[in-house]
Amino acid sequence: MGRKLLLEHIEVSGIETLEVYRKMGGYAAVEKALKTMAPDDVTEEVKKSGLRGRGGAGFPAGMKWSFIDKKSEKPRYLVCNADESEPGTFKDRYLMEKIPHSLIEGMIVSSYALGAKTGYIYIRGEYFYILRILEKAIAEAYDAGLLGDHILGTDYSLDLHVQIGAGAYICGEETALLESLEGKRGNPRMKPPFPAISGLYACPTVVNNVETIAAVPHIVNISGDEYAKIGIGRSTGTKLISASGHINKPGTYEIELGLSVEEFIYSDEYCGGIKNGRKLKALIAGGSSVPILPEHLITKTATGEDRLMTYESLSDGGFVSGSMLGSGGFIVMDDSTCIVRHTWSLARFYHHESCGQCSPCREGTGWMEKVLHRIEHGHGTLKDIDLLVDIAKKIEGNTICPLGDAAAWPIASAIRHFRSEFEYHVANPSKIINPNHFLHEPFVNTAVKNETILN
Amino acid sequence: MSKEIVFSEETLLVIHKLMKRYPEGRHKSALLPVLHIAQAEFDGWLSSEVMDYVASVLNIKSIEVYEVASFYSMYNLNPVGKCLLEICHTGPCMLNGADDLIAHFQNKLNIKVGETTEDGMFTLKTVECLGSCGTAPMLQCGADYHENLDEEKADLLLDKLRAENKRSRYC
Repeated sequence: MGRKLLLEHIEVSGIETLEVYRKMGGYAAVEKALKTMAPDDVTEEVKKSGLRGRGGAGFPAGMKWSFIDKKSEKPRYLVCNADESEPGTFKDRYLMEKIPHSLIEGMIVSSYALGAKTGYIYIRGEYFYILRILEKAIAEAYDAGLLGDHILGTDYSLDLHVQIGAGAYICGEETALLESLEGKRGNPRMKPPFPAISGLYACPTVVNNVETIAAVPHIVNISGDEYAKIGIGRSTGTKLISASGHINKPGTYEIELGLSVEEFIYSDEYCGGIKNGRKLKALIAGGSSVPILPEHLITKTATGEDRLMTYESLSDGGFVSGSMLGSGGFIVMDDSTCIVRHTWSLARFYHHESCGQCSPCREGTGWMEKVLHRIEHGHGTLKDIDLLVDIAKKIEGNTICPLGDAAAWPIASAIRHFRSEFEYHVANPSKIINPNHFLHEPFVNTAVKNETILN
Repeated sequence: MSKEIVFSEETLLVIHKLMKRYPEGRHKSALLPVLHIAQAEFDGWLSSEVMDYVASVLNIKSIEVYEVASFYSMYNLNPVGKCLLEICHTGPCMLNGADDLIAHFQNKLNIKVGETTEDGMFTLKTVECLGSCGTAPMLQCGADYHENLDEEKADLLLDKLRAENKRSRYC
């Protein structure tokens, strides 16, 4: 059993209430931080902990905090990014739904560290029912003197609000989120200036993911050094992984970073192996935006080392043979999966979610979707496969925000690792009419014969 | 059935409370939540009259409302059926049978995705990832998530929604 911090008390009945949450030790970090630590001490502990942004980018959280403009006389803001929309990711939803006070406690301690007097939790519109859960928990916290003026009798005051989105993946990008919070379209901003200098209402702002913020109280409680002892190297602490796809036990799991991918997939403690006794075919390890891995690169790296659930090990091999930990959206695919169809589905997603601001992304995502649609439906040519690679290359790095890269990587990596499957679609249009074409006859690489391609 | 486009006193109080969450002069921040309220109050969609009204309540220009309402996928700019069935069909849901589920709903309701049943009861819509990948396939109707769906559960859900005969709403 790995160590649990965030989900330690998940099974305790009534943990969503303030009373039970406190009984289990909740809000101890607020007491400790506000009464015994200076704000900078809290930041220092977070720095020592090695905590990295859990939303996907993995940027050191303490460092991000230290960028906040302290010379500015404007108010500072902490904004929680609860716009969880990366396909394959549903961990923040689980945490907020089951233990809403863990996020509120994290918001209080983190806001204190940053000197913010107002905090906003920006939650995706589809999670309306969680907005109600959070609002109820926030009301409880106000009543208990944990929010509002003079928290627990100290000089520190904080107001916390939940803001609802309305359906836009792009608002998970922090500057788009801030635009949306200001009541505008979610178009990402040019950077610099970064939000730490000019964020919400042009004031110094830190935007952190739900899980990042919820980890802070644990760091305050056990100390940054202790937290850093969990995990391996620069991948410290625990991480929530949302597991989905063709596995026996989909769900949200808390792991110690450093667990082997093999154990995570096959152990009954986690995914419980592949559903229906089928064979593992591919894995998207960190949400739909990260490169897909074929079977032979999942449990071992290209150099034959065990693949571990860490930022470093999952990206070992770069884009040639590696992937990324990303948001922890762990999508497992068995041998009935059509990689072309799945890739088309993701391309459609990115086209739908492109904000339209930058032409490479706006036009490129739609173009890739169309080309993939025609390959999947038996109208593609071999040139289309190279065309996809070319479009992906021209989007990557040429947009204001990372959505362009996020749209390009899954497609480029699918072709890199599963090219023969794309070629099979081109060569055998009659065999892919049924949408579940690989359900009864899984695709095998050797099915593509050179002659048929040349025809 | 057209009713006067005006919020009740009670709703206006809620909106004014919402506007106080933001610093002075930043009340435009209330636009997204207020549009949700407007959509829920005025038959599940945002007509240009409703959007103009929201602009007047928030004291902003109509164009500021139009550009936002047209950006976010949860705002309906055309009338929808009483129950809006939003079926997720992104990657993980697709892996777990979303395509078959969509086909089933189309057959059962005798409409295509994007259409509304003749009796105005159901509109079928496909949506992108709703963060329910571990409980796929799924759909959202109003604020409710219906997860781990199969054909049998889908039929039961339709019966239930028909019997309740209530407009689905997020808030």
